[in-house]
Amino acid sequence: MAEIELEGVWKVYADGTEAVKDLTITVGDGEFVVFVGPSGCGKTTALRMIAGLEEISAGKIRIADRVVNDVPARDRDVAMVFQNYALYPHLTVRENIGFGLKLRKMDRAVINERVNHAAEILGITELLDKKPKALSGGQRQRVAMGRAIVRQPEAFLMDEPLSNLDAKLRVQMRAEVLRIQQELGVTVVYVTHDQTEAMTMGDRVAVIRGGILQQIAAPQVLYDNPVNLFVAGFIGSPAMNIVEAKITRKGDVLTATFGSTELTLGDQVLSHHPDLERHIGESVILGIRPEEMEDAATVGGPVKGATIDATATLVEKLGSEILVHFEVDAPRVVTDDVRELVEDIGAITSEDLGKAAATNVSEFVAMVSPRSVVDKGTAITLNVDTTRLHFFDVETGIALGGLRATGKTGPPHSHGLVATHEQNPETEGDST
Amino acid sequence: MANAPVTTRVDGPIEPVRPDDLRPEGKGLAGRIADVASHGPLYVILVLIGIFWMLPAIGLLVASLRTAAANADSGWWTALGNPSQLTLDNYQSLLANPVIQRAFINTVLITVPATLLVLFFAAMAGYAFAWIRFPGRDVLFLVVIGLLVVPLQLGLIPIARLYNQLGIFGSIVGVVLFHVGFGLPFAIFLLRNFFAGIPRELMEAARMDGASEWRLFFRVVLPLGIPALAALAVYQFLWTWNDLLVGLVFANSNSQPITVAIREQTRQFGANIDIISSGAFLSMVIPLIVFFAFQRYFVRGLLAGSGK
Repeated sequence: MAEIELEGVWKVYADGTEAVKDLTITVGDGEFVVFVGPSGCGKTTALRMIAGLEEISAGKIRIADRVVNDVPARDRDVAMVFQNYALYPHLTVRENIGFGLKLRKMDRAVINERVNHAAEILGITELLDKKPKALSGGQRQRVAMGRAIVRQPEAFLMDEPLSNLDAKLRVQMRAEVLRIQQELGVTVVYVTHDQTEAMTMGDRVAVIRGGILQQIAAPQVLYDNPVNLFVAGFIGSPAMNIVEAKITRKGDVLTATFGSTELTLGDQVLSHHPDLERHIGESVILGIRPEEMEDAATVGGPVKGATIDATATLVEKLGSEILVHFEVDAPRVVTDDVRELVEDIGAITSEDLGKAAATNVSEFVAMVSPRSVVDKGTAITLNVDTTRLHFFDVETGIALGGLRATGKTGPPHSHGLVATHEQNPETEGDST
Repeated sequence: MANAPVTTRVDGPIEPVRPDDLRPEGKGLAGRIADVASHGPLYVILVLIGIFWMLPAIGLLVASLRTAAANADSGWWTALGNPSQLTLDNYQSLLANPVIQRAFINTVLITVPATLLVLFFAAMAGYAFAWIRFPGRDVLFLVVIGLLVVPLQLGLIPIARLYNQLGIFGSIVGVVLFHVGFGLPFAIFLLRNFFAGIPRELMEAARMDGASEWRLFFRVVLPLGIPALAALAVYQFLWTWNDLLVGLVFANSNSQPITVAIREQTRQFGANIDIISSGAFLSMVIPLIVFFAFQRYFVRGLLAGSGK
């Protein structure tokens, strides 16, 4: 068990591609840290550099206080669980799990004992004499875990280990992986592109984009206080609604206006987002999570100054909640972040996005109570929890106020890409 | 409102779905008969082609079991109606011949090392070409592929001169080395492609598990390569065993393989059918055994590496 430290780590390929840029992360002893980001963001490359499967172009990686830059993978004492499990097809489950120990010339009795123990933890004792091809996906996954467990390494590295499983099994294995991690108290670095997986599993989650760390924090902190538009859009499902809004002050009352909607911002908003002061009279990007809107009819009527009047264009009834899609008569925000996110999801092209921006319509999604009687085409008044609004700089996409409300703003040269790893002791405390 | 109770009504009893109903186009007995009937002509043609192709070999086998006189007298097919003329005399006289005995041993001494050496070097080279990065790797591999098209006849004279200088002309070592040299390009090509098909993650997993390059090769790559190695072994074994040309050029009377020895037994005048037929069959026995023993791997291994 050990700490893993990445210090200004770069990965530059021979053709000049920068896969990982100046990554600095410290994974605490026994901590479960998830690297999450869109595909091709460098999260897997970062993991492979920790593993020793990829050379480190610049910077330092320390495992248990030892700089491992020039240490080959086999001597780093970390175990990796691969996406495709990478089981040895010619060996039985028992031999697969014990392979690493056998290579280390351990005593046969010790190997047996450890393999049996690992199999017990994983519940695969009865599979020990089978070959991998006779196993199901979930069972193979467990064997791959077993291979990591028996080694009793300093840390586990997991590269999208659950992405090949079907949805139901994935949820089950998610809990399983967490249980095993807690039982063993081992340090884990886990890579995924699935934000739900990241949020549910990580003690802390590192959001990476384009090789650059955006934010690393406990899941709740990421959700409540995303440092920029990218993190705001990436974390949470359905994604946060964003719109360009004008901040004005009429007398004592601060309002955010977009299209025909006017939201009154209470004193609390300003104290949470002191940076907002500097943007009065200007435009900002306003973020509203779908969960922060509610059908006024189900909660005792509209709240003055905190409502959006809309007509539902699409209603998705999920049973436990209802997703209401509607349009807001304000131009859609098309930032680089949004464009990239949209392209990554692949639902619409950035060309469509440009057209949509020109039409002065933004699409919103609200998540309302299943008691709502809203239906496609009906008018609905939505109450907005104005204390839970998010504000971002129009130019940089950096969050205004929020997590780092104490005055230390992000570096102006970065494009809203602020790593906040210095703060992890606090943020961790918040979550657990 | 909107809370009207929803009920699902069912009229009549619900019948369980029988598995047969779910089978899209279940084939009954009639269907299967129709199948055979429609394919029947094809089977007949295939069997006929098979027999036609095997006819010379069958004829040779029968002829080898008849005396020279009988062969000179009548066609081999007459033995089918009169099995009493079949005899093992030809084989007895051939096996009693010390030259043949010696040649048989020589063939084994040539074939086994030539096969093992090719496997050994090609496996290591194939692994290196597939998984180890070194400068000039791709160029070197292209050269190996280029060597595939060099006919061995081209090497006969230069290598004969080289062997003369080295003093191994006429020795078994010389014959073995020649076979190894001309067997390697294809062997490397085959194994490199097979090894390249091993998933990268598997290699990485082994490295993470603590395997050095050497261990990786012996513990992971070689066991996974068994189908290809077996196919290659059969191929190289058959090739070397059946070789006449190389043995004829590079071996002397002490080191000649069975193919050369049998050729030498032929009389300058008169029929040789008794010697050729039995000798041919004698030299075929071992390769046939090897082939049938490893046939499974042979077919699988040659397909291996050709696609995903």
